Amino acid sequence: MSSTPPQIPHNPKTLTHAIGLSLILGLALAMPYLLDKLGLDYYLGTLTKMMIYGIAACSLNLILGYGGLVSFGHAAYVGIGAYAVGILISQGHQNAWIDIPLAVMLCAGFAFMIGFICLRTRGVYFIMITLAFAQMLYYLSNSIKVFGGDEGLSIKSRLDFGVQLSSKSDVHLYFVVLIFLLLSLYFIHRIMNSKFGQVIKALKDDDVRVDSIGIHGFKYKLAIFVIAGAIGGLAGALMVNQQKYVSPNLLHWTQSGILMVMVILGGVGTLSGGLWGALLLLTLESVISEYTLHWQFYVGWILLAVILMAPKGLSSFSVLWSRVSKVGQFKHKARAIKP
Amino acid sequence: MTGILILEQALNGLQFGLMLFLLASGLTLVFGIMDMINLAHGALYMIGAFLTAWIVQFTQSFFLSVFLAVILTSLFGMLLEKTLLKTLYARDHMSQVLATFALILILNESVKMIWGTDLPLSAPDYLSGPVEIMPGLMYSSYRLVIIATGLLIALLLYLLVSQTKMGAWVRAGASNRSMAMAMGININALFTSVFGLGAALCAVAGAMLSPLLAVQVGMGENILILAFVVIVIGGIGSVWGAFVGSILVGCVDTMGRSLLPFLFREFLPPQWASAAGPAVASILVYVLMAVVLFIKPQGLFNQRS
Repeated sequence: MSSTPPQIPHNPKTLTHAIGLSLILGLALAMPYLLDKLGLDYYLGTLTKMMIYGIAACSLNLILGYGGLVSFGHAAYVGIGAYAVGILISQGHQNAWIDIPLAVMLCAGFAFMIGFICLRTRGVYFIMITLAFAQMLYYLSNSIKVFGGDEGLSIKSRLDFGVQLSSKSDVHLYFVVLIFLLLSLYFIHRIMNSKFGQVIKALKDDDVRVDSIGIHGFKYKLAIFVIAGAIGGLAGALMVNQQKYVSPNLLHWTQSGILMVMVILGGVGTLSGGLWGALLLLTLESVISEYTLHWQFYVGWILLAVILMAPKGLSSFSVLWSRVSKVGQFKHKARAIKP
Repeated sequence: MTGILILEQALNGLQFGLMLFLLASGLTLVFGIMDMINLAHGALYMIGAFLTAWIVQFTQSFFLSVFLAVILTSLFGMLLEKTLLKTLYARDHMSQVLATFALILILNESVKMIWGTDLPLSAPDYLSGPVEIMPGLMYSSYRLVIIATGLLIALLLYLLVSQTKMGAWVRAGASNRSMAMAMGININALFTSVFGLGAALCAVAGAMLSPLLAVQVGMGENILILAFVVIVIGGIGSVWGAFVGSILVGCVDTMGRSLLPFLFREFLPPQWASAAGPAVASILVYVLMAVVLFIKPQGLFNQRS
């Protein structure tokens, strides 16, 4: 009768995760001061840009990684967000609390309209039609001279958030972007771990089956498409803020391709895969550019190698790691169960 | 805006459409038989152009250079297929898109490293003058040669696909690959040849269009998108669909760009017309594709069963 309940084996994985995350967060918060001490202030802007691309890539991962929708036109939403904020700032409206929500809602609206048409197609037709809409927006932004046309739009100042997180504009923006990044990741985490998220994952596996059990798959696909577009727009809004410039090139299909590359490098269908992919790709670009103009050549080979050999990107390694660490866990369990 | 201008633009549209057909036909067969999205098809077009521009420096003969460039590009294409692309057939579309996207990066930079960002190439001197094809209509003789070449190749392709045994294999493979294999067709060898042919056609288009469009790195991307629009409109796997689609897209794009600004100027205030004209013209092709996909989601002449 007096049998002690089996010992719940202590799971080392969650503890390491927690420690790891805290370390990364601490490093991220300390980064501006570290770089300042090392005299590498310049790289703060680069790091900010990487985080912004990370937000954009994570938004693409929502529909691509989790949803299985290969959208080749995601750069369009980043571009719309950037142009929206850029135009608002150039017209004198610098209040971030108005501009950013407006830009995000505009992107959501576009995503709704585009998704409504595109999501009726499947497979390669979906890829092509998302590409087509992105190209339409690209050519539009190229032709409308009022917004800069092919020369792009430069803005003189950044958004005003009402509260300055630092006296230096770059450091202030770094923290703003970091906050938005963390919020976006948290938001994505909550979505994908909800019932809604389960439907999305099911749609990736077999959308016909989802329909056949009575769930209206189209509505969910459209919803996630709109959410992804909105977060992409947020990234665009932050980007024009950081670069103080937006050009039609931001909407070009090769930019959509780059976002897809970031998703695949970092890990398709993982929460922070987009972020790691963005960090990796942009770091590769910076580092290789130091040595040669032809960095795209080397990045191309690396990308090819990843696609052929490690199709889940960086998360392939975490799969290996978890397999290795499971060996230790089994030993643990065995010891606990032994009478 | 006269009838002569419209006719001239229609001929330009036909000319561009025929060259687009050379790319689209290869692309649709690759997609139709092997179900592979190949973004690097545009890079083959670029390589054909660069090789022609490079070889002409030695041979001084335009058409001989085109001929040699076509053979080299075809061989390169087949090499590419046998080494790299073969591994992608079993993969999903996204992996194919990304892998061939990586290939574009590699090939673009390789060309840049070998030849620089652009090379000059001009049409042969004996073709630089205009020809009076109709009273009042002077048309570039070089463009006429392009049209003739395009029509000839289209005819040959039609004969190949519909009248020969190999053509029957190609159509069978495009319709249902596993059944074709079950019937004993050597799909892999067939496919390498089809790919080589596609690469050759790309090279012809690249070489012939270069005197008009300039030989530069990245020239493949713009035309590749149009080629994809064509095969989506025409239906994947259908060479006839690629033909109809190409002419349609070529004419809509060329005539739209040149004639729409005129049209807009008649009906809209000038500052709107100068912005709206080029903007609408460039998106016209994509609107066309969206409309076709809405009505016939599988394309006009889809071959896939």
